[in-house]
Amino acid sequence: MADLSVKVAGVSFNNPLIAASGTFGFGREYGEFYPLSKLGGISCKGITLKRRDGNPPPRIAETPSGILNAVGLQNPGVDVFIQDDLPWLKQQGTVVIANIAGNTVEEYCMMAEKLSETDTDMIELNISCPNVKSGGVQFGTSCESVGNITKEVRAHCKKPLIVKLSPNVTDIASIAQAAEAEGADAVSMINTLTGMKIDINTRRPIIHNNTGGLSGAAVFPVAVRMVWQVSNAIKIPIIGMGGITTWEDAVEMLIAGATALQIGTVLFSDPYAPIKIAEGVNKFLDDNNISSVTELTGTVRPW
Amino acid sequence: MKYDIRKLRLISNEKIADGIYDMRLEYGDGEIPVACGQFAHVYVPGKSLRRPISVCDARGGELRLVYQVKGEGTKIMSQMKAEETVDVLAPLGNGFNIEKGRRYALIGGGIGVPPMLYTAAKCENPLVITGFRNESLVILQDDFVKAGAELLLCTDDGTAGKKGFVTDLIRENIGRVDEVCACGPTPMLKAIAQVCREFGKPCQISLEERMACGIGACLVCAVKVRKNGEEIMQHVCKNGPVFNAEEVVF
Repeated sequence: MADLSVKVAGVSFNNPLIAASGTFGFGREYGEFYPLSKLGGISCKGITLKRRDGNPPPRIAETPSGILNAVGLQNPGVDVFIQDDLPWLKQQGTVVIANIAGNTVEEYCMMAEKLSETDTDMIELNISCPNVKSGGVQFGTSCESVGNITKEVRAHCKKPLIVKLSPNVTDIASIAQAAEAEGADAVSMINTLTGMKIDINTRRPIIHNNTGGLSGAAVFPVAVRMVWQVSNAIKIPIIGMGGITTWEDAVEMLIAGATALQIGTVLFSDPYAPIKIAEGVNKFLDDNNISSVTELTGTVRPW
Repeated sequence: MKYDIRKLRLISNEKIADGIYDMRLEYGDGEIPVACGQFAHVYVPGKSLRRPISVCDARGGELRLVYQVKGEGTKIMSQMKAEETVDVLAPLGNGFNIEKGRRYALIGGGIGVPPMLYTAAKCENPLVITGFRNESLVILQDDFVKAGAELLLCTDDGTAGKKGFVTDLIRENIGRVDEVCACGPTPMLKAIAQVCREFGKPCQISLEERMACGIGACLVCAVKVRKNGEEIMQHVCKNGPVFNAEEVVF
């Protein structure tokens, strides 16, 4: 039995498998499949300062080896999260990451302040949501805006701060550097790639928002490439995600440069996927006489 | 643990009408813990999403799913063969609330008809109203008779049963029932809800929306409902698929 535990920004995870924000709610539903302590952590559904109802349906479309979604950050608001969901989550024996999104930099700061007074383990700055009109990805697509929001939130945040990066950019490595330079403790990547699917008979996009975020196995090679590029550019840890479906994908993402992983879309076909992936990674480590999963991180041998 | 994924043996998977298939799965011993109107989330090899299919029947140790081939996922389902195993997450959602001592009208339109079979089996002397576009799509008529239902049939073009819509038939017969349960296309449900409101009859409707997790975590299958005077987003998979028609904002 290899050691699967990892540390990100001083926070210890039992294993590197974290449920990805937006796919796992606040954990209660998947907690009806297995004890959430089997997961390294949970990145909660993105929360905003005030309640949001999200976009009109349809909010999802299936695409080759993936899905497009445009939920639009439906959530009950940060106060309800702190009062109703966080106390329960903290009893589940797993790392709790609060994912926050705002319309303005000030809103991000206000949420970071509120959450800093709770026992949330980490805060993940969602500056990469492609499905809302204001906020979201608008903060995440230039070095200047990423640096600025990271700096401002950092000043209001007493928790380890993860900046979640958008792949919908020209040079993700320089954006990661901007986050690192202004005090991010880690980056998580990648959020979804903006996509579109049109019904050829009605000529309407399937998703009411017209465009949505692409996730699932289809984006995995893009995610691996970006994690590798970013790992060459920054020193802070990377939480890798984007289409991880099998334990082999997980190992590949770690080798590319990730310290921990988030698992999302595969949950929809197999709710047990994170547990199966953890078991598979463990077996790979044992079979290769590797004592700790941390030994895989960033060991790619590029040509 | 509330949720259960089972690998069920496929007993048969037959075409019963134009584009409509009848999948029977062996559930095992004992009564299947499924309420009428709940759904099963079926894993489709090679696809990113499961396919939510309402339970047509759950008597006799068999889980029966009658579904329409609409896209790639249901096409793959239609090609599954007897003796294969099917990975099913069920039961999910909230079904129809059936009380003793009340007479129900159960209305199905098109592929909204199948969930009404198990619902009929749970009702005393129900009035079942089924509507289809044409004769080639008519399904489950014998099954409803066997379940003890009083059965009415209509088609849009009159090629089977009465020519017309289920809304016409419920309007003619609403005085004979205490409550209405319906499943079918949204315009049909909206029209039925209107008739029920007019006659002061309670109405439960089963909704459909593009879905992912099936358990209320991912929030994609949103439906707008009115609760205590406020419009909020609920979800077909967790809060539904059956809703009080008076609360749904069409």
